[in-house]
Amino acid sequence: MDAGAEATPVKVSARDLDVFYGATQALHGITLDARANRVTALIGPSGCGKSTFLRSINRMNDLIAGMRRQGTILLDGRDIHDPDVDVVDLRRRVGMVFQRSNPFPKSIYENVAYGPRIHGVSDRTTLDEIVRTTLEQAALWDEVKDRLGASALSLSGGQQQRLCIARALAVEPEVLLMDEPASALDPLATARIEELIHELKERYTILIVTHNMQQAARVSDTTAYFYMGRLVEMGPTAQIFTNPSKQETEDYITGRFG
Amino acid sequence: MSSRIPGRPAGAWKGHAFVALCGAAAAIIVAMLAVILFDVVRSGWAGLGWQFLVSAPSEGMRGGGVGPAIFGTFALVLLMTIAVVPLGVLTAVYLFEYARPDSGFARAVNLAVSNLAGVPSIVFGLFGLGFFVRFVGGGIDRVFHGGELAWGKPSILWAALTLALLTLPVVIVTTGEALRAVPVAAREASFALGATKWQTISRVVLPQSLAGILTGAILAVSRGAGEVAPIMFTGAAYFLPKLPSRLTDQFMELGYHVYVLSTQSPDIEATKPILYSTVLVLLFLTFLLNATAIAIRARFRAALRPQDA
Ligand SMILES: Nc1ncnc2c1ncn2[C@@H]1O[C@H](COP(=O)(O)OP(=O)(O)OP(=O)(O)O)[C@@H](O)[C@H]1O
Ligand SMILES: [Mg+2]
Repeated sequence: MDAGAEATPVKVSARDLDVFYGATQALHGITLDARANRVTALIGPSGCGKSTFLRSINRMNDLIAGMRRQGTILLDGRDIHDPDVDVVDLRRRVGMVFQRSNPFPKSIYENVAYGPRIHGVSDRTTLDEIVRTTLEQAALWDEVKDRLGASALSLSGGQQQRLCIARALAVEPEVLLMDEPASALDPLATARIEELIHELKERYTILIVTHNMQQAARVSDTTAYFYMGRLVEMGPTAQIFTNPSKQETEDYITGRFG
Repeated sequence: MSSRIPGRPAGAWKGHAFVALCGAAAAIIVAMLAVILFDVVRSGWAGLGWQFLVSAPSEGMRGGGVGPAIFGTFALVLLMTIAVVPLGVLTAVYLFEYARPDSGFARAVNLAVSNLAGVPSIVFGLFGLGFFVRFVGGGIDRVFHGGELAWGKPSILWAALTLALLTLPVVIVTTGEALRAVPVAAREASFALGATKWQTISRVVLPQSLAGILTGAILAVSRGAGEVAPIMFTGAAYFLPKLPSRLTDQFMELGYHVYVLSTQSPDIEATKPILYSTVLVLLFLTFLLNATAIAIRARFRAALRPQDA
């Protein structure tokens, strides 16, 4: 494992976060810190609240009718629910890559340019530059540079997911939320995304949900194990995978779980 | 071997009879359509020609063609489209994107839309006469023209607006369907990049609904193009020596022309060949519009089909 141990500043911090969907409580008092330039992996069985937690950080859950929240999330020490926090600005700073790749039915170029455009960039050379650099960052440039005008839907699944990563990077976020970004991909495409995560963490704070234990072990510095809406255990990935302090965590990681 | 379940259900013949009945019903419909088409084509084909399509009626409707009626139909439908598409799309966007579905206002609009669709078209005609011609037009004349008659009479504008009202539900319903068909994932992708609701609707949702909106517009046009009752009191004319050139002019129209030829002309027998040719033109236009709608729908569906990863 690389330099996961030495502490960088806390970028995202949840404090006693409860989330309810109607009457059901999806998260129970989550307190969790994600450090800058580190990859934090969220693992746990299906339905334990990983996506809910992720979607709380960029307030995507606000769009769900009947969602209720208690507790806070701090971004750089500031409460993201402060009345003077602009949710549009928050979502620009906290990018998201979804479990199922969801490119717009527009050209490859327009997919990447979408974010900068809505935030007021209209100069063509600037847009060209953003499109090129973010596609390079997402390791897709060489495959698409000759057909930027082609429909994004003509790309393969793995390429589409990298396009979605490029699209998220194009608004220069500080935090990147990735909800099972490789779950629909073959091993080769998955390996590329994991490589990408390694490179991206030099510039971003990354939180990634994954069901793949090897993947969590490979890409993350810190791992958090969720179970039934609670944070059971969190610590350096190496320690969680070799010497977890809770029996439940060990059962889940070793596959002895349910 | 003493199974209590017989191998063949006793009432099997009922199923077969039902299938036969359904088949017969379908056959009757096809047969009727075929008879109508055959009759119209047989009697109307001979009269069709370039001259018929461009020239005006003559000899007390026994000669000439339907040129002014075709022109009037296109002008009417164009004006109607200009009115109904923005109004219908805006209403649908409000209803399906902004209004809370359980709010009193949204329910009232929904109720109005579904009831509007069931109102007989002659009622629209009377409403158009009372509201657009008398009330709005008459009002304009009183306020701006010192009571002189300019807007307060039947005209292509009032007829187009009356038709727009009649076809409004079609546009609202098809646009609504198109809006709902835009996947949540596409909206979320936009919001997650920091887009506002308006940006998401204008740059993601509406472009993806374009096919549905276009289909709705064309269905509205093909519905409106054949209606006679709504324009009868609001602007259609029996015969005009001139093509309409202003919004306040009256106009000739194909559907209304059919009505005139078949009931109002001095010598109905003598106008029959022309009547059939006119019906043929009207049917052809309507079929053409429907076919266009279907083609557009199919093309956009194929283009927007989500590719699976
Ligand atoms: N929109 C919603 N409305 C109601 N309940 C929801 C909604 N989204 C999630 N839930 C519930 O909240 C709980 C947590 O769901 P969440 O999607 O966060 O789980 P997850 O850990 O991401 O699961 P998975 O690994 O299957 O993606 C589940 O019990 C789920 O049924
Ligand atoms: Mg999930």
